[in-house]
Amino acid sequence: MSILVGTETRLCTSGITGREGTFHTLRNRDYGTSVVAGVTPGKGGQDVDGIPVFDTFHEAVRERGANTAMIFVPPRFAADSILEAEDAGIELIVCITEGIPAHDELRVYNILKKNGRSRLVGPNCPGILSPGKASVGIIPASFFSPGNVGVVSRSGTLTYQIGNVLAQHGFGNSSIVGIGGDPVPGTDFIDVLEMFQADDETELIVLCGEIGGDAEERAADYIAEHVTKPVIGYIAGFTAPPGKTMGHAGAIVSGSRGTAAAKAQALEERGVRVGRTPTQVAEAAITLLRG
Amino acid sequence: MDLLEYQGKQLFARHGVPVPDGRPARTVEEAVAAAQEVGYPCAVKAQVQIGGRGKLGGIRIAHDAGEAEQHARAILGMDIRGLTVHELWIEAASEIAAEYYASVVFDRSAKAPLMMLSTKGGMDIEQVADEDPDAIARLHVDPLLGFQDFHGRRLAFEAGVDADVVRPVGALLARLYEVFTTEEATLVEVNPLIVTPDRGVRALDAKVTLDGNALFRHPDNAQLRDPSAEDPQERMAAERGLTYVKLDGSIGILANGAGLSMSTLDVVAEAGGQPANFLDAGGGSRAEAITSAVEVILSDDRVRAVLFNIFGGITRCDEVARGLIEAFRQIDPSVPFVVRLDGTNGEEGRELLAEASLPNVHIESTMDGAASRVVELAARP
Repeated sequence: MSILVGTETRLCTSGITGREGTFHTLRNRDYGTSVVAGVTPGKGGQDVDGIPVFDTFHEAVRERGANTAMIFVPPRFAADSILEAEDAGIELIVCITEGIPAHDELRVYNILKKNGRSRLVGPNCPGILSPGKASVGIIPASFFSPGNVGVVSRSGTLTYQIGNVLAQHGFGNSSIVGIGGDPVPGTDFIDVLEMFQADDETELIVLCGEIGGDAEERAADYIAEHVTKPVIGYIAGFTAPPGKTMGHAGAIVSGSRGTAAAKAQALEERGVRVGRTPTQVAEAAITLLRG
Repeated sequence: MDLLEYQGKQLFARHGVPVPDGRPARTVEEAVAAAQEVGYPCAVKAQVQIGGRGKLGGIRIAHDAGEAEQHARAILGMDIRGLTVHELWIEAASEIAAEYYASVVFDRSAKAPLMMLSTKGGMDIEQVADEDPDAIARLHVDPLLGFQDFHGRRLAFEAGVDADVVRPVGALLARLYEVFTTEEATLVEVNPLIVTPDRGVRALDAKVTLDGNALFRHPDNAQLRDPSAEDPQERMAAERGLTYVKLDGSIGILANGAGLSMSTLDVVAEAGGQPANFLDAGGGSRAEAITSAVEVILSDDRVRAVLFNIFGGITRCDEVARGLIEAFRQIDPSVPFVVRLDGTNGEEGRELLAEASLPNVHIESTMDGAASRVVELAARP
């Protein structure tokens, strides 16, 4: 097994005719993901390298049975595109778009939660990779192989760094889930931890957090109560000064809240090993896996 | 984007939040003219984004034109905790019968706006929260429902505001919520919110943070600037579309992705060095963007060595290498560079660098090794 994306995934990309949308959709297909459609309003009837393009998500669902959406449209159109995918009955919506207004994210989050039909992963995330099965997003899949380490992360490149060290030592991944660096992620650490805990294939979980908010602290509480599999944590941003946004809209220390030290402490107090560098995280995982 | 007090108050006024009459001023002459218009006594207030400016002499009361001139002269150019005062706000002085606190905060955990009201205004609210948490009434507003009159009444009664101002305080909270949603703020804070002797309510201060990602819908707000908060490197980077944050150290950093960039700073600090900046070159960086980023990093003359830490995903390492080679051709840097290229086209990138054999460029194969090397090079006399 794996989580969120796999052999049942039937992907439809919103913004498939854009430069990035085309490039990454085709890469996902090359990896083996079943890409069934694309959506670009006004370009229905065209195709992108054989992938049919529709004007609406509703057509993509009706005609091609799409069950997963990947959002690649610019920030000002992204909230609408997510809501359209949800309205059309798409179960999983992965939003890669970065720079969506915070109030749009708030509205989308609360609508999706109220309706309870779809899961949103992201926005501002690298997507989800289940090695050997499916890739939805922009994760460089060739660096990863199938295995038993589940990774959940707020950062893309940091995940690649840690995953690569694991891969060099011969360990692979069940799934890699980027939840994104924005203040209101559709899916948070707790949601993914619950899925990894229930996933037969996942034996160890790596959780990559960063400064800002309290998602890591809440994840720490959840781990203590509900997760029996070993978890190794990493927090980026120990040297980040307060009041400065460090690249991700959600990565900001406000006053004494949201610091890396507080997050690492919360995790460690609940028995989660926290590496101080990505290399330490990978080494800790390797030690446990070799048990 | 954090607004200055007067910028926040001007937004408030547009949405019907009562504020004292005031005018901004950039020179002593403008300040005196503004004082004449608002009348005396008036407050001459330094416009800097820092708490406690009153105690540091940044807010003074003028009773006539002579005092207005004297205060404006003293405050303009003043240094308040490292920030130079470039602007003043001259406003009619207010008589105060009671000081409250009110705010709307973007609560990430609850995924809803959080409204707070307290009768303990005029002091540090974090201190109130620590010492007397019950003194702050709190309420989450369902963003799909919006602010209702009962929200205002509930907060006012729970906070224990004077009975005769429950209604105007509730109305003011409704206006603050309107500012929060229609201007797309992530923070709207009033401290103090005052009750005057004639039982009016007014926002005596304004702290507003706007969402930078939403500025395309608010062209007027996008024009607002705070000259005292602008750093030359940060401005240069913003103009080039790079994500750059200036720090205090001597090691210039370029990495890709926010998480890996932050992590690179941490690993350098762990190795005993002090980063001079955070710079996320972003996903899919082309050679020109890399050249441009090198210029920004080197424009900070405290930089004694530079670390490139790239794990290519969408970013291709050969593009990064080309950008660095071009930067050397254009700038001819005088400080050493340590480069770690891994991921997509990593081998091609390393080969390009090896062929170019740039002076004083050291190639390392791991992130940790690169961090140690750059710390060692930066420490050399």
